[in-house]
Amino acid sequence: MKKPKLVVVGNGMAGIRTVEELLTLAPDLYEITVLGAEPYPNYNRILLSPVLAGEQEFKDIVLNPLSWYEENGIRLHLGKSVARIDRHRRTVVADDGTEEPYDRLLLATGSMPFILPVPGKDLKGVISYRDIYDTETMIATAKAKKHAVVIGGGLLGLEAANGLKIRGMDVTVVHLGEWLLDKQLDVTAGQLLQTSLEERGLTFLLQKQTAELVGNDAGEVTAVRFKDGDEVAADLVVMAVGIRPNTALAESAGLHCNRGIVVSDALQTFDPRIYAVGECVSHRGVAYGLVAPLFEQAKVCANHLAQLGIGQYKGSLLSTKLKVTGIDLFSAGDFMGGEGTEDIVLSDPAGGVYKKLVIKDDQLVGACLYGDTADGAWYFKLLREGRKIADLRDHIMFGESAIGDAGVQGQSRAGAMQDSDEVCGCNGVCKGSIVKAIKDKGLFTVDDVKKHTKAASSCGSCTGLVEQILMNTLGSSFQETPKTKAVCGCTDHNHGEVRKAIREHHLTSHKAVYDFLEWRTPNGCATCRPAVNYYLISTWPKEAVDDPQSRFVNERVHANIQKDGTFSVIPQMKGGVTNASELRRIADVADKYHVPMVKVTGGQRIDLLGVKKEDLVSVWKDLGMQSGHAYGKSIRTVKTCVGSEFCRFGTQNSTQMGIDLETMLANMWSPHKVKLAVSGCPRNCAESGIKDVGVIAVDSGWELYVGGNGGIKTEVAQFLCKVKTSDEVKEYSGAFLQLYREEAYYLDRTVHYIARVGLDYIKQRVVDDAANRKALYERLLYSLEGLPDPWAARIAGAQKNEYIPIKLVTAGEPA
Amino acid sequence: MNAPLNTEQWLRVCAVTDIPVLGSRVVERDAGNIAVFRTATDNVFALLDRCPHKAGPLSQGIVHGETVTCPLHSWNIDLSSGEARAPDVGCARRFPAKVENGDVYLALG
Ligand code: SRM
Ligand SMILES: Cc1cc2nc3c(=O)[nH]c(=O)nc-3n(C[C@H](O)[C@H](O)[C@H](O)COP(=O)(O)OP(=O)(O)OC[C@H]3O[C@@H](n4cnc5c(N)ncnc54)[C@H](O)[C@@H]3O)c2cc1C
Ligand code: SF4
Ligand code: FES
Repeated sequence: MKKPKLVVVGNGMAGIRTVEELLTLAPDLYEITVLGAEPYPNYNRILLSPVLAGEQEFKDIVLNPLSWYEENGIRLHLGKSVARIDRHRRTVVADDGTEEPYDRLLLATGSMPFILPVPGKDLKGVISYRDIYDTETMIATAKAKKHAVVIGGGLLGLEAANGLKIRGMDVTVVHLGEWLLDKQLDVTAGQLLQTSLEERGLTFLLQKQTAELVGNDAGEVTAVRFKDGDEVAADLVVMAVGIRPNTALAESAGLHCNRGIVVSDALQTFDPRIYAVGECVSHRGVAYGLVAPLFEQAKVCANHLAQLGIGQYKGSLLSTKLKVTGIDLFSAGDFMGGEGTEDIVLSDPAGGVYKKLVIKDDQLVGACLYGDTADGAWYFKLLREGRKIADLRDHIMFGESAIGDAGVQGQSRAGAMQDSDEVCGCNGVCKGSIVKAIKDKGLFTVDDVKKHTKAASSCGSCTGLVEQILMNTLGSSFQETPKTKAVCGCTDHNHGEVRKAIREHHLTSHKAVYDFLEWRTPNGCATCRPAVNYYLISTWPKEAVDDPQSRFVNERVHANIQKDGTFSVIPQMKGGVTNASELRRIADVADKYHVPMVKVTGGQRIDLLGVKKEDLVSVWKDLGMQSGHAYGKSIRTVKTCVGSEFCRFGTQNSTQMGIDLETMLANMWSPHKVKLAVSGCPRNCAESGIKDVGVIAVDSGWELYVGGNGGIKTEVAQFLCKVKTSDEVKEYSGAFLQLYREEAYYLDRTVHYIARVGLDYIKQRVVDDAANRKALYERLLYSLEGLPDPWAARIAGAQKNEYIPIKLVTAGEPA
Repeated sequence: MNAPLNTEQWLRVCAVTDIPVLGSRVVERDAGNIAVFRTATDNVFALLDRCPHKAGPLSQGIVHGETVTCPLHSWNIDLSSGEARAPDVGCARRFPAKVENGDVYLALG
């Protein structure tokens, strides 16, 4: 049987997403043909801004390479614009005469930038910002010309302005509204945004109405003139004042359009053979301009094209983010508020943080966040679900982490789960067993549940879910974890208080701390002792004496305990670089001590697993390498890529930079483990984006990122600043790490610390305040100076007893 | 829990100062190693070096008060009885131990 023909007009994000969804549902149903006006395969339009800003290249943003079309048997006509639909003969005709018959037609023609109808709009140098062509024009102009004017202070306009500024132009943004992003932010957040963009060198003209674009004899734009008579010079004018659904083709075919091609909840137009998705569509009177709703449309439309007929698109709620590196803003829903709504506002303009939540009838209806957007997704979820928030109200402003452990998918999931659904993957605990334990044993807190069921007691990523189950099971008797938790059952003091007492009262020993703070136990417990030990040695370096008995076995014996009581040994291999002699010694050790497994770790070095404790010291001696600290709340590795020495894309010597950092940080103890990476270019082969400190080399220097984490909950590192020299890399990252060492609570990774104090605070202390940065850096170097390599120290005889078992000489004891 | 033990044969294993305060030493034995713990008050306790949970080496744990926390999954074991502290349930075999004139003796009977 011949397959029916599906023709897609528009090779953009919504159209191709629909095809992808269709292919997963019904791979062989149609013979598919795609016609696209642009001469490129489908690319990620959203990422034009990073391309403009020089953070990515066009080839990085291609979503479906030509091979994808081929592999899926899709016929593709590039650079052909469909001029006509003949609905009687059921064909489309392109501008070059190409004709394609269809059984089903999908229109995904996107939208057109709106061009202000002012004199001079057709001058050379006046462009919009929609496609790769516009982007390339901007990049080329920036190389030759100086003055850029962006008309429109919305998302697109600001991203264009930021990119042009980075490309070296003087940029003025002209905006009709009272504040920037007036459709996405309230006035306070808008002003914060304006301040940070001004700090980057952008100029703003607000409440200015463009009257005319002035040109020269060659027909090139030279200036923008306003209603009030003012004028600014311009070699390039970018109009980013809005978009209009691209309905010309549909209208000419007689399809009903009303500010968009009108579609049903099945994404069907008034002609049942013709579907439409994307920005060209008007659904229930709304035309969307962001991809999230378009992808929802794509899913539903694909379902109908696949003849399953069960999807229904009911409209979407939108949320907004601005893609300007280093600026965090988020808004969703009715963030302006008004009659019948209440606001919860947290405002710290000096710290650059502003959060506003709008509540109506006990539901979150809007959110506007600036500076700290970590909880945007969570608020958006609450908003979409329309969940009653009475129980969250007290701490909703502090984000999801104040509710559950920065919970994985938490909230409503718990209620919907079956008793047999697994909650804790680490320990294989199901919801049913947790509910039973809560009821039978009368448990009230997450800690109780951890103890009794082991759920959430390993990696902790299900803590949020466990908390939910507790809430659901107990209703109002649920006891939340207090906001500032005591360190452990031995004391009522929290981490901040303990640390403060140690600093302010110059406490330098465990005993002094326990006496001064009136600990309930004589010598603490396995939870508080390691924390107190860290606070002591980090607050009073060279003064407080490290207590090995207060360290977890791994840190006490400088190797990692295994489930069978043997240990793993990971020697330092700075930057992942080794040589034949080291490899030979590792091989010899593996043979000599019958090491059961030799493994390359995820941290770019080699692990000898299964070493007996009594062999540890001689293994270290035979290796003749330094401790890799793979066992500690300490510096771990600095991953690197090959960098400019070998790689054709490398811009700096990232390998050497990594080695230098690892050398500088050797033997550093920290609140939790610390991992770094240095990549030689933004391709980021060393995965700098998920490290506590990530360094990315660019042509003009180094970009520093902080607070990344590839562990239990993956966190992308945030941009801290850009520096020029490798000495600055050391100074800035050293200062950041020292701040973390001095202020973070024990067992908080950098991401948790930053979440507590805010990135702006870090920037203030490390980037803006040069004197403070230098002081931090010096304190770091001071506390590291003279620290011995622990393996070398043990080889020299330190804590000898620890490694030597007592052998019984008497024979004949009963087995 | 523990079977009656023959305490007639006390065996010297080391000096009490050979064990770190709030630490332990391992006594090797074919029938299973023994962990000898020393508390802050110089009391000495001996347990089979096998956690009742999943056989973790208790000798490697952190000692606090009269408790050791197993290094593998943090069960807390009472040093004097070998019993796991609530809510965990289980028992590590206990051996009589004493300090005399600065020397540590165990009864392995
Ligand atoms: C050996 C290694 C796996 C491997 O074979 O590759 C490893 C092994 C362990 N990791 Fe890991 N991790 C190893 C790389 C990683 C990485 C990848 C990396 O470093 O690039 C990650 C994610 C990156 C990150 O940390 O941001 C990683 C995230 C974790 C976590 C989760 C940390 C978090 O904050 O979410 C833990 C648990 C913890 O630290 O509390 C963990 C804990 C552990 C422990 C120490 C568990 C334990 O306490 O016993 C494992 C020891 C196994 C053993 O029996 O010796 N391991 N671990 C890797 C050693 C790298 C090295 O050379 O130092
Ligand atoms: C610079 C920039 C940044 C953006 N940033 C974000 C963001 O951060 N987040 C977000 O959600 N959204 C963002 N957007 C919006 C997002 O890119 C669009 O919502 C999305 O691309 C729309 O998809 P679409 O398929 O409807 O239209 P498009 O992706 O524009 O695809 C339509 C395609 O149809 C082609 N076409 C039109 N008419 C015809 C015809 N007659 N014949 C053949 N082909 C035709 C067009 O050439 C075009 O290639 C951004 C947009 C831009 C321009
Ligand atoms: S090595 Fe890491 S990921 Fe693998 S089992 Fe151990 S802790 Fe889990
Ligand atoms: S083996 Fe001791 S707690 Fe698991």
